[in-house]
Amino acid sequence: MTTELLTASFGLQASPKGSENPIVKIMSKELIIVLLVAPLVGFLINGLFGKWLKGNEKLSGWIGALAVLVSLVCSIIAFTSLNGGAAPLDETLYEWIAGEGFAFNIGFRVDALTAVMLLVITGVGFLIHVYSIGYMHGDEGYTRYFAYLNLFVFAMLILVLGNNYLMMFVGWEGVGLCSYLLIGFWYEKQSATDAGKKAFIVNRIGDFGFLLGMFTLFAAFGTLDFGTIFDAAEADNFQKVFGASTLVIATLLLFVGAIGKSAQIPLYVWLPDAMEGPTPVSALIHAATMVTAGVYMIARSAVLYNIAHTGEIVAWIGVLTAFFAATIALTQNDIKRILAYSTVSQLGYMFVGVGVGAYASGIFHLVTHAFFKGLMFLTAGSVMHAMANELDMRKMGGLKSKMPITHWTFLVGALAIAGFPFLSGFWSKDEILHGAWGSSPLIYGIGLVTAFLTAFYMFRLIFVTFYGESRVEPEVASHLHESPSVMWVPLAILAIPSALIGLLLGWGGHESWFHHFTKSVEGFSSEAHGEASGNIVLFMVISSVVGLAGIAFAWTRYSKRVPSDEPTGALHRLLANKYYIDEVYNALIVQPVKNGSHFLLWKLVDNGIIDGIVNGVAALIRFIGGLLRRLQTGLVQVYIVSMVLGIVLFLAYYLFFT
Amino acid sequence: MRGIARGRGLGATAVKAIAFGIGLITFVISLGLYTEFNADLATFQLGGTPIEWIPGGVSYHIGVDGISLWLVLLTTFLTSVCILAAWNSVEKGLSGFMMSLLALETGMLGVFCSLDLFLFFVFWESMLIPMYFLIGVWGGERRIYATVKFVLYTMAGSALMLVGILALYFQNGNSFDLTTLSGPFEHSDLLFLAFFIAFAIKVPLFPFHTWLPDAHVEAPTVGSVILAGVLLKMGTYGIIRFCLPLFPDAAEKFTPLIVTLAVIGIIYGALVAMVQPDLKKLVAYSSVSHLGFVVLGLFSKNPVGIQGSMLQMINHGLSTGALFLLVGMIYERRHSRMIVDFGGLSKRMPIFATIFMIVTLSSIGLPGLNGFVGEYMILAGSFVGQAFSKVYVVFATAGVILAAIYMLWMFQRVMFGTLDKTNENLPDLNAREIVVLLPILLFIVWIGVYPKPFLSKMEKSVAVVVTKVQTAPAMGQLEKQKLRDPKLALQGTLRTQHEKREKEAKQ
Repeated sequence: MTTELLTASFGLQASPKGSENPIVKIMSKELIIVLLVAPLVGFLINGLFGKWLKGNEKLSGWIGALAVLVSLVCSIIAFTSLNGGAAPLDETLYEWIAGEGFAFNIGFRVDALTAVMLLVITGVGFLIHVYSIGYMHGDEGYTRYFAYLNLFVFAMLILVLGNNYLMMFVGWEGVGLCSYLLIGFWYEKQSATDAGKKAFIVNRIGDFGFLLGMFTLFAAFGTLDFGTIFDAAEADNFQKVFGASTLVIATLLLFVGAIGKSAQIPLYVWLPDAMEGPTPVSALIHAATMVTAGVYMIARSAVLYNIAHTGEIVAWIGVLTAFFAATIALTQNDIKRILAYSTVSQLGYMFVGVGVGAYASGIFHLVTHAFFKGLMFLTAGSVMHAMANELDMRKMGGLKSKMPITHWTFLVGALAIAGFPFLSGFWSKDEILHGAWGSSPLIYGIGLVTAFLTAFYMFRLIFVTFYGESRVEPEVASHLHESPSVMWVPLAILAIPSALIGLLLGWGGHESWFHHFTKSVEGFSSEAHGEASGNIVLFMVISSVVGLAGIAFAWTRYSKRVPSDEPTGALHRLLANKYYIDEVYNALIVQPVKNGSHFLLWKLVDNGIIDGIVNGVAALIRFIGGLLRRLQTGLVQVYIVSMVLGIVLFLAYYLFFT
Repeated sequence: MRGIARGRGLGATAVKAIAFGIGLITFVISLGLYTEFNADLATFQLGGTPIEWIPGGVSYHIGVDGISLWLVLLTTFLTSVCILAAWNSVEKGLSGFMMSLLALETGMLGVFCSLDLFLFFVFWESMLIPMYFLIGVWGGERRIYATVKFVLYTMAGSALMLVGILALYFQNGNSFDLTTLSGPFEHSDLLFLAFFIAFAIKVPLFPFHTWLPDAHVEAPTVGSVILAGVLLKMGTYGIIRFCLPLFPDAAEKFTPLIVTLAVIGIIYGALVAMVQPDLKKLVAYSSVSHLGFVVLGLFSKNPVGIQGSMLQMINHGLSTGALFLLVGMIYERRHSRMIVDFGGLSKRMPIFATIFMIVTLSSIGLPGLNGFVGEYMILAGSFVGQAFSKVYVVFATAGVILAAIYMLWMFQRVMFGTLDKTNENLPDLNAREIVVLLPILLFIVWIGVYPKPFLSKMEKSVAVVVTKVQTAPAMGQLEKQKLRDPKLALQGTLRTQHEKREKEAKQ
């Protein structure tokens, strides 16, 4: 393996098979193991030896970043070799939970879809690690932070590398754990640990669906390996043997898992609260990678969704979430919360994409979104860094002059998400909308309205934060500065793909490089109902106009005006309070469960009824014993009389009744 | 063992050293069982020849199979850990304490190794006595109430079981030998119930669980560890050793009722655990929930489910044992188990916090740690097994959500937040305490990542139970079943096709 790697990378010797591209041969199990294990090693170093690294936080940070860099290099190699024509990898490493008749394995599947995810995870992940070195400077939990972050990358890699649902689930839970740990990173803050706990529990509700979906698949197919399941589902006699309902149920249950992890209606409530974590975490986990796991899962299961025809439900949940979250974002004043709702909304778009069968488009949006939303979170972090952790944009304004790089990079991200012509969001969002049109004009319509709202709320944020008069409090204003290079360099680097990646990968619509590359992924090419109709150029023009209109409208409303402190009307109040969904959940679910458990189950059933019966039986026996004790009078005469009486009774019984 | 530890003239250190030495030696010897045990055979092994004890059919007949092997190992392992854990916590009557602990070990090992019903019953009862003393002498304030409740409750069940054992004796040609017992028996429904109720109390299955929280709260730390770690497993062990293989028809008949109680236990235990203000009570109720999973899997009639249950017995012993140890360590420092008295401990006690977190996650069933493997197998096996409706599995799976709620909420309130003034001087774990916990952590990770050594040893023995209870396809019958069931046939061909292609792709 090592010699192979050496010869290939130095091009010393043309390999016999892939003479046109020596790198093809490098795609191997060993490469993937290195890719996967590197962040784990980083985690162990920072986790176990954190005490000794504490004095030297730079070292600790760079160990974390380096670990991800190794993975990034491996990912690039894997990607290049796949692109050069290497066969996708599908290999079992070892039997994890196994016996006669069942085997749940640990194994890898690396195809175009995985390769794309790998690049996003390790690429964005690496930049965010570097950024964190500066951002977390001086924090007490510095090494702990990098340990968690590495662990997250490891879990996320497991999630996308697995060649079966169980391994996906392992990664799925792993990223959930890291999310929990990192949201509650500043554990002395009640709101942070509350948010972490909420994230984990709401995700568990989704996992409930994922688990049952897996059981359904296991019951039907006797395995959870992608390869076997997809083959079996596509086999001609499958429908006859199992009936159509199995896959419908399985795909919908899996989707419940996706709803939890990717924050869709009705389980999106954890994501806005997750902003309690350090901002780079929001960028990496709660924008670029983990929250897109649900989209990845649907795309991975494309074969099943194609057969089960449940994509439409996915698309509807997606588009409703996209719209719903965008309306909430309109009225928020906390910049991170706006970005969070925006993420929920954009994830909705991705679900529309994979839901209507335009899998490549959905994943394409996942990629572009990872870059531009990651970028915007990091710029928001840069603003916080300068503003002494202030998040309320009403207390900002005019930051453009003080923080030019932050401003420009944020602007790039915002333009990209708003669908400004030729920037990345423009390409990916447009493809999704185009695909949606072919499936349902109504979904397209709602998606288009959401595109307008997106442009509006994003530029509302920009105008209020970076333009107009400065409303910064004097003591903060004196420290106002551009962030250090270790922070702004990743911003600048991220800004480039945020702007251009759409053009590079998406030029040509369905003929684009991205579509070509991902065509080989199982289930992608059938694009069951996604084959769009209509002129794509027309769609592009419409989307651009809508996006620009949103920006213009934001300009007219907020270029000179600050959002009011008090909601101005009933609708505004409803939106500002996020439709009171948290309050409703609390009143309808959380409190009844808590109180019911306390008063009804514990106090009444457990202590009252069950223990009442137990102690009642004891008391009854004691009572009977007490009565019987009276017979033991100690008087011999009484005993003799009762004995004689007994003998008489027995004799009478024998004489007269037998 | 008892004799050595009783020595009054010995100093405290000597008593502890001797006890620990004996515990450790027993553990090492039991490891020999693991290496010597032949996993290819489903029979009872390594017991030697039975020795006649009481004329008339009672003999000292012992041995282990793939099921009891693990419980023996769990017992010897946890006892050693417990002796080390109790190093500084016993203030009076140290030698009596250690004596009780070792006598308890004898009783527990006897229960798991007995192949003679009479012998089994003797050990089953004899183990109550040292436990009675552990709680009654070294326990908390309401220890007398708790210990009497515990003993009487168990005795009520034992009385029923004794009747059952005698009935079997007469039907088995005046022999107590378990290995020669074979049904069908007369009145098997009643006999099943007589055994099952005794075991259900021990498990404890809802609604027989109310002795457990009291016993746990009043017991000293290691008493709780043994109670949760091993004693409860005697109930589930009894089910898999007696109820299922001896009375399969009755088991079939009562399955709906039993799994209903198990699922109620899972959810009820979790919900009640959630609102407990006392850490020990919380863990106690969580046991009710966890053991509900075990019972569910046992009645799944499916190799995956039953192996999952077996594994989950070990897992619960490790995770809950560790939780009680951790609660005990914090109690020794603060003399409180009330959640409200804590908060922010992470800052003051980072090692404690890290270990507590790992154990918590293991209890929640996070993949990569032991709890997940067991829970997953139980649920998957129950879902596939067709022994009962899938609705039960759906509700049981909901228990997974609840576990996250009560454990994480507890963790948050104890470890996160701001540190209270009174807790500012709590020292972190010392070397001995870390040594106590590390082996448990090792197994928690090991079973989570590579459970195969554990599963492969129990596979054959579980298969025997499965074939006895199964009407659905058994492992041995899989091939036969394929001929009849088109689903399985399709699965088989597809898998071979896929494997073939995989091989081709590799070449």
